[in-house]
Amino acid sequence: MRKLLVCAAAAAVAAAALSFSASAAEKLKVGFIYLGPVGDFGWTYQHEIARQMVVKELGDKIETTYLENVNEGPDAERAIEQLARTSHQLIFTTSFGYMDPTVKVAKKYPKLDFEHATGFKRAPNLGTYSGRFYEGRYIQGIIAAKMSKTGVLGYIGSFPIPEVISGINATMLGAQSVNPNIKVKIIWVNTWFDPGKEADAAKALIDQGADIIMQHTDSPAAVQVAAQRGVYAFGQDSDMIKFGPKTQLTAVVDNWGPYYVRQVKAKLDGTWKPEDTWDGLKQKMVIMAPYTNMPDDVKTLATDTEAAIVAGTLHPFKCPVIDQDGKTVPCKGGTHLDDAQILSMNFYVKGIDEKFPGK
Amino acid sequence: MGLPEAIILSVIAASTPLLLAAAGELVAERAGVLNLGVEGMMIMGAACGFAAANLTGSTFVGALAGIAAGAALAAVFALLTLGLAVNQVATGLALTILGTGLSGLIGAGFVGERIVPAPPLDIPVLTALPVIGKVLFGQDAFVYASIGLCATIWWFLYRTRAGLTLRAIGDNPTSAHALGHPVLKVRSIAVLFGGACAGLGGAYLPLAYTPFFVTGMTAGRGWIALALVVFASWRPLRLVAGAYLFGAVSILQLHAQALGIGVPSQVMSALPYLATVIVLVLISRARGTAGSAAPASLGTVFVPDR
Amino acid sequence: MRLVVERRTERSGPIAIVSPLLAVALTLITMAVLFALLGKSPITAFEVYFLDPLTDAYSLQEIAVKATPLVMIGVGLSLCYLANVWNIGAEGQFLMGAVAGSWLAVITNGMDVGPWVLPVMLVLGALGGLLWAMIPALCKVRFGASEILTSLMLVYVADLLMDYLVRGPWRDPHGLNFPTTADFDPVATVPTLIEGGRLHAGAILALIVVALATVLLGRTIKGFEIRVVGAAPKAARFAGFKADYLVLLVFAISGALAGLAGIIEVAGPIGHLQPGISPGYGFTAIIVAFLGRLNPVGILVAGLFLALTFIGGENAQIALKVPLDLTKVLQGILLFYVLACDSLILYRVRLAGTPRKTAHGTA
Repeated sequence: MRKLLVCAAAAAVAAAALSFSASAAEKLKVGFIYLGPVGDFGWTYQHEIARQMVVKELGDKIETTYLENVNEGPDAERAIEQLARTSHQLIFTTSFGYMDPTVKVAKKYPKLDFEHATGFKRAPNLGTYSGRFYEGRYIQGIIAAKMSKTGVLGYIGSFPIPEVISGINATMLGAQSVNPNIKVKIIWVNTWFDPGKEADAAKALIDQGADIIMQHTDSPAAVQVAAQRGVYAFGQDSDMIKFGPKTQLTAVVDNWGPYYVRQVKAKLDGTWKPEDTWDGLKQKMVIMAPYTNMPDDVKTLATDTEAAIVAGTLHPFKCPVIDQDGKTVPCKGGTHLDDAQILSMNFYVKGIDEKFPGK
Repeated sequence: MGLPEAIILSVIAASTPLLLAAAGELVAERAGVLNLGVEGMMIMGAACGFAAANLTGSTFVGALAGIAAGAALAAVFALLTLGLAVNQVATGLALTILGTGLSGLIGAGFVGERIVPAPPLDIPVLTALPVIGKVLFGQDAFVYASIGLCATIWWFLYRTRAGLTLRAIGDNPTSAHALGHPVLKVRSIAVLFGGACAGLGGAYLPLAYTPFFVTGMTAGRGWIALALVVFASWRPLRLVAGAYLFGAVSILQLHAQALGIGVPSQVMSALPYLATVIVLVLISRARGTAGSAAPASLGTVFVPDR
Repeated sequence: MRLVVERRTERSGPIAIVSPLLAVALTLITMAVLFALLGKSPITAFEVYFLDPLTDAYSLQEIAVKATPLVMIGVGLSLCYLANVWNIGAEGQFLMGAVAGSWLAVITNGMDVGPWVLPVMLVLGALGGLLWAMIPALCKVRFGASEILTSLMLVYVADLLMDYLVRGPWRDPHGLNFPTTADFDPVATVPTLIEGGRLHAGAILALIVVALATVLLGRTIKGFEIRVVGAAPKAARFAGFKADYLVLLVFAISGALAGLAGIIEVAGPIGHLQPGISPGYGFTAIIVAFLGRLNPVGILVAGLFLALTFIGGENAQIALKVPLDLTKVLQGILLFYVLACDSLILYRVRLAGTPRKTAHGTA
């Protein structure tokens, strides 16, 4: 019996070796590393949609591969390296926790190119990219202040990382430009992804008097709860209007597709170079879902603000920015906070009463 | 709606999936079978339940599908651990892996879809009562099912012959077998029941709690359910208390954060887990007697001798 | 027609050898059916899943890297399970070990300290895991509280504690406020064994642990006591083995091993402390412990085998473009087959067509 099995295995190997044809076309292989499952309808889902756009536009010139649910620990380095070893010429790693693994692998494979989302370490073959989501948050803040009757906003935060903090601050600054006395209640759910918990947080915020719900978590749960309660909400990562047809005001949508297409094309043309891309509304890395369920004057204000941000005449973090202790934050960008300050933001602006996490 | 009433409603919703899944597992464990695959069965219940509800437009059909999915997975478990005397712990963990993967495959096509959630009860005068109206008379079917289930299980275990048999099998299968009781048959039914409940608990999430499906939406609730069975010392009424304790602390910590309590959010998020441990320690101290409350043969393989 | 299982009078030697092959054969058949349904070549699938990782130096190293924490934690857990102590909290002990050891790396970061740092970090890591495991142990021994619940709940607490530390006090001052500690200094890093690969000294430690555990269980009184207290608690009490002490001992050892595995992962392949350092090692190690039949050498083999399935699954996602969920399904099925075939060693299975025949005369 055992001999039979050994023979069978050997035959299988031989057959595989024979049938294994020489590597197919000269297609460019592009790899993606995802943090979550593609079915999360949130952060990873948007990257996956973008990948599908690349496939649609560049069709038979490329071949794409993705690995999902890649844990940010030691597995990440192996996953990235596996893509490198299978000749993926351009690899996108889509979470900041992949930063060091990407750096390590990029160093080992100088002939391949890498792009890391939301990170800050670069190399001759490693670029970074992210979206200026805070621009969208600022607009949302304005809309929220206009639409709120109680003057209390509800914010569901995942983890207190700078990106989430700058989102909260931008929202408040936008809201304060309409209503200087606007208040915000923040709940940290300590997960990117647990729809039940997000729903619970939304309920708690509404029960405590917030009448506009915003989130920095991945699922449509909060929008849905808000819709059930007749409370306005903003979607996140993707347009969640389906889950709140009469209550979603807009959403900050991650629009990675055009960027990915551009970068892959550059790689095909041989013009790819490592950059530090931090694009926003102007370059359409971040787009706003259609403004809905609001009176025309609010809509106009929103579109005007958007236009001003795109034109560069309005910056969400224009100086002076005052933190919650009353101190003026040094203005390193001339008339507004500079990119490094926004990227590493770790304070609340004045007007947020809650204690800053970790202080 | 007043704040206390609102909080109670949130707590009930949060506790229900835990209670449903834990109730079934309690029965299985009382018969002596430790099924660690609850998370896998729950997520399968969620995926199949949502798929069925989305395709047929009926959450009732969805609930049935969830039950069937959980039971089907439990059947695989029963075949292996009871039919082939395979180790229960490892099989349960493998079941979780299988269930998670399978649910992802099944649910993939339904991400982003919507359904009409399970409707809450609405009795003309009763539901409109202040404070207790919605809490007692305005819940959806799953909530009533969860309470009813625990009451029925209590009655079954402690007031029926069959329940006595099941408990005896869980404590000493060899003796029970010698007395002529069908150990493997009873255990199989208990396991299937456990799977059905886990499936229903999982289905509750996309059918009523947050009416959509995303991969992995159970987010570890199966493990909490397992812990709650232990917390309840394998007693159904204590299980209700345990599930609601966990749910209550989970909801209250969110409210505390919204009130601006100033304690680090990680501490707040840790409270439900800490509370469960502390309460269990206090209960165990009070009980005082040596020995565990667990069914004596929990987790061990039983193979009938001739 | 019923499925009837009977205990064998003694372990079946031939089956012990054939069972893994039988499991693989069954998996092959299942894969053939599954992949044929998907329109992909089953032979390529088998090659991608099982053969490729074994025929490539890089993959072999990666299997060892992935298996190291699984084996280390698994050995510790096996001691608990042999004593009928249900430690489900190895994941939390892993994290706390990582935290404890990282503390030293963080406070000495950038200073020019000597090579004593790393060994002390490892000791601290083991200590951290040990102390974290003592909580459920003491709750069980002093208060009779079930360790299943206490150890599991503490996993979540450990995770949140680590989260708080890396987002707050231990954050890298030059890290733009991202939640991670500074990269550990070279002296505080576990050295790799082969140039260009990730195989590190932790693997050797894991092998030492396996050897020590084999000696402990096979040749020492304590090992004997552990096994008896689990298999026959009344006999153990009669013989004077102190059950409480043994509970504390096995929790201590398994906590220490999990903590050691934790700091090795952080100071080795990862290089700094951040959220998400474990893809569930503490839980996967439970499978490894049972797959390895609670025997240290068996656990070594099981750990390597399970690591192979993970890496094979990754290969499949890349080479065959199958979704991760499919690889999970296959992994689950494979585990079922292995466990089932394994059980044939101790039990005989047959189909019974007629009511039982008495083989031994009177009942």
